[in-house]
Amino acid sequence: MVQDIDIADLKRITELIQKKHGYDFRNYAMSSFKRRMLRILELKSMSVEALIKKLTEQPTFIDEFLDELTVNVTEMFRDPSFWRILRDEILPGIQLNHKEFKIWHAGCSSGEEVFSMAILLKEMGILDQVTTIATDLDVNILEKAKTGSYPIKNMELNEKNYIRYEGKKSLKEYYKEENGKAIFDKELVKNVSFRKHDLVTGEIFNKFDLILCRNVMIYFNQALQNDVLKKFHESLFKYGYLAIGSKESLIWCDIASKFIVVNNEEKVYKKIKD
Amino acid sequence: MNKYNLNNSYKAVVIGGSAGSFQGIVKILSQLPKNFPLPIIMCLHRLKHVRNGFVEALSIKSVVQVSEPYDKEPIKKGAVYLAPSNYHLSVELGNYFALSTEEMINNSRPAIDITLGTAAYVYRDKLIGILLSGANRDGGLGMKYIKDKGGLTLVQEPSECMIDTMPKAALSLTQIDHVMKVDQIVDFLKELDRHYK
Repeated sequence: MVQDIDIADLKRITELIQKKHGYDFRNYAMSSFKRRMLRILELKSMSVEALIKKLTEQPTFIDEFLDELTVNVTEMFRDPSFWRILRDEILPGIQLNHKEFKIWHAGCSSGEEVFSMAILLKEMGILDQVTTIATDLDVNILEKAKTGSYPIKNMELNEKNYIRYEGKKSLKEYYKEENGKAIFDKELVKNVSFRKHDLVTGEIFNKFDLILCRNVMIYFNQALQNDVLKKFHESLFKYGYLAIGSKESLIWCDIASKFIVVNNEEKVYKKIKD
Repeated sequence: MNKYNLNNSYKAVVIGGSAGSFQGIVKILSQLPKNFPLPIIMCLHRLKHVRNGFVEALSIKSVVQVSEPYDKEPIKKGAVYLAPSNYHLSVELGNYFALSTEEMINNSRPAIDITLGTAAYVYRDKLIGILLSGANRDGGLGMKYIKDKGGLTLVQEPSECMIDTMPKAALSLTQIDHVMKVDQIVDFLKELDRHYK
């Protein structure tokens, strides 16, 4: 935040990316989008003009650019109380109706929530009954998610969250240490399909019993949130669940009337109308 | 009575604080004039994993109930807001909040620089920034942004601070308008209030 960037320059960049690469950042929340752009300019020691040139002339640069632009800060078992509610209330509720079900992690980033969910399911003894799709628009981060390897320094926080979640074991039982990384057991994600998908421009591709999209839509403005929520609504079976971040809300969204709040503290919603 | 040469053009007050700021904040909130005309937006360093309790503790003595805004929540006059734990809190053009989980800044999320910097961008010279006691430099840059946009800047007098790193950072980065004890900040807000009534 040392320097500033003109809104006009931000517009030039978003329009270029849209035309040339098909990603639409025009309705991202302005304050965080601006910070991300400034961060990229700083990281790459580039001027706006140099960035535009590189985006125009080097088609492969876009992946690197997206990787820096998207926010990939996450934790395993972030908000432990949310994961307890999933385990103790939401998933048993889904299982009352059908033993096998489908989960979508929308905007899965480096996969911490995918692995958290897999551990939760494994400890419930239902890992094999669940099909999971994990999507992100950032292909580099998807590759990282697939490997399930995280810096050891992050594990202290992840471990603390897991303890507060009141898991059955120690998180250590799910990974081994190698070269400063915690490498998680791949068996956990054998039923997970990691796919590239852009929430903004992407089509609806499946129906789910549970969609997790926590702290992703905070990077969108209100209009885009409405659009994405419509897609989520369509992608859920009737009586399916949508989980958003603890400080997100459907109150200001057009589609709110088609959901009921199942848990207000943890922001879990249930689709009640088609 | 007009010690501070104020007027009724201001749109918001932002307050940053960290270690040692709790007592000061409580004093300010407990002596806030009734129907205070501006939103008060607070970004205070807090424990990352403790979601509940802080806003309640601040509300006990506050004249106005303190709330942690949701993402995209409209900012209302007279309301008192606190940045939620583990999120950065930004003010957006259009007068609403946005949250983010970006990297920590100065080892902090929420980071005071983000809240103050985005508020300065939106409210420009219609903003009052207050920085209280704290043990790191977060907030110093935010105060500079406010000053650079023509806003009014106040820091807690370093000698009164439990830890003075934060106000001193601001004082070293920009020309702060007022260095005040918490009691004077309370008076300042009362005088400001009178300009709106």
